[in-house]
Amino acid sequence: MNGAQMLLAAPEFWVLVMACVIMIVDLFLREERRGIIHMLAMLTVIFAAIITLRADYLVDGVQSVTAFKNSFIRDPMGDVLKVFSFVIMGLVFTYSKFYLRSFKLFRADFYTLSLFALLGVMLLISANSMLMIYLGLELISLSVYALVAFDRDSGRGSESAMKYFVLGSMASGMLLYGMSMIYGATGSLVLPDIAEAIHAQGSDDILLVFGLVFVVVGIAFKFGVVPFHMWIPDVYEGAPPATVLFISSVPKLAAFAMAYRFLSSGLGDLHIHWQAMLASLAVLSIVLGNLAAIMQTNIKRMLAYSTISHMGFVMLGLLPGTSFGFGASMYYVIVYGVMSVASFGMVILLSARGVEAEHLNDFKGLNQRNPFYAAIMGLVMFSMAGVPPMVGFFAKLMVLKAVVEAGMMWLAITAVVFAVIGAFYYLRVIKYMYFDEPENETTITAPVDFGAALTLNGIMILGLGVFSSSLIAICMTSFGA
Amino acid sequence: MLTLAHFLTLGAILFSLSIAGIFINRKNIIILLMCIELMLLAVNMNFVAFSRFLGNLDGQIFVFFILTVAAAEAGIGLAILVVLFRNRQTINVAELDDLKG
Repeated sequence: MNGAQMLLAAPEFWVLVMACVIMIVDLFLREERRGIIHMLAMLTVIFAAIITLRADYLVDGVQSVTAFKNSFIRDPMGDVLKVFSFVIMGLVFTYSKFYLRSFKLFRADFYTLSLFALLGVMLLISANSMLMIYLGLELISLSVYALVAFDRDSGRGSESAMKYFVLGSMASGMLLYGMSMIYGATGSLVLPDIAEAIHAQGSDDILLVFGLVFVVVGIAFKFGVVPFHMWIPDVYEGAPPATVLFISSVPKLAAFAMAYRFLSSGLGDLHIHWQAMLASLAVLSIVLGNLAAIMQTNIKRMLAYSTISHMGFVMLGLLPGTSFGFGASMYYVIVYGVMSVASFGMVILLSARGVEAEHLNDFKGLNQRNPFYAAIMGLVMFSMAGVPPMVGFFAKLMVLKAVVEAGMMWLAITAVVFAVIGAFYYLRVIKYMYFDEPENETTITAPVDFGAALTLNGIMILGLGVFSSSLIAICMTSFGA
Repeated sequence: MLTLAHFLTLGAILFSLSIAGIFINRKNIIILLMCIELMLLAVNMNFVAFSRFLGNLDGQIFVFFILTVAAAEAGIGLAILVVLFRNRQTINVAELDDLKG
């Protein structure tokens, strides 16, 4: 192993070292000095972003470099996803500090576990072999199981952690079973070698298709699309919002990278097989997600079902298998991460000391309590509903364009119809905020850094929408479209 | 003479048993954890068999990683179980119905 290879994984090493440093530093800190842990965690993500952006491997037209016997890959797509993971992670830390402080949960384990999960996300984004995919996935899952049960005295938290643990382990078992089949059919664990073997022997091998089914189940579970969505509403409702902030955003970016690497780089020749599977997953989640979200009175469950429908849209972008489709899907998943973090940031903001905001009624009359935050929530809801010029509109537009170009008109029409139905429950929140009387007159106050982060998040949603072409261009060039 | 098919069949039987165990069991969470372990072991059986018959060592290396991760997973699962029991005084699957997902 030479130094140049180690240097390729420098951001990963940095996050790993800092997660361990934070764990040890906490032992020497008194309770009132815990703020240092937060500073260290923010420093970690900021420097990780800087190290990632100094991508000096991209010389003389090289598109990607592999390291560690081909199991690790650095390419522009991975770098873009990682940098956005760091940005979102910074927002997650800032929002959750406010929550953890007001609910007396401000402990260093939250930061250590989140950073280990972030490391898993980075490894999964850069995985080029089935072994790395498995390890990255498990690093995320194991950290997140613990994060869901973070509030140790909450019955709902531990119940949802148990459900998530059982379903998640079952999904990784399925994924592994599929991997063993693919390994048996091709004799390799490295994705490009698998692609070569499939190309040489043809794609009719029953073992291969059998393995593919299990792999798609594993990927679908990670995204949380119907019918593998059962854990999402329970975890969103039961887990502390600080954890949900993380679960709903950063791992989705990794899930996209995993789906792209596995399905396109590894099993690209099986496209006709996985296209049909992804199409049914996408339609089911867009339909069921939007319909179920209308019936929710709990804001967290509503956002959970909205996640399911958004992930259906990400699937739509994946299924044409074209580089335009992958670019559109990547754009969607990044945009979704930014919007989702903002929406849960608002849920945290409304949580009064010791009481969590759970019901849609808590948003009633928000405009009279604090017009500025009401406007940001309005931006988020319009963006999720897909109203121009917010960023959510362009994300939906690109994905639908990819589907139409692939000649699947009926899919695009179904998606649009249900997106319109889905707009109802987003607009209902806006109606509650602006046209209803508040049930609770207390003013909303937040620390300066929380307010600044939420403002930045709102600006991102609006700015990425108005100036959407640059991010779209970045996503498209990552796939050479 | 044992062929690859024998090992794959055994792996498939173990795998199906563990899936059936997870879905049929309505009483005890510890049995669920056992089923999850069994599932990972079934996968290990597959990997080792393929590795032996393909003459390729990668699969056996993978098995080492799966065994290690499975140990960590069991550790986290049992920790969650302890927290759950402390909060609810029960580990009956049917009684975990506060959240209706």
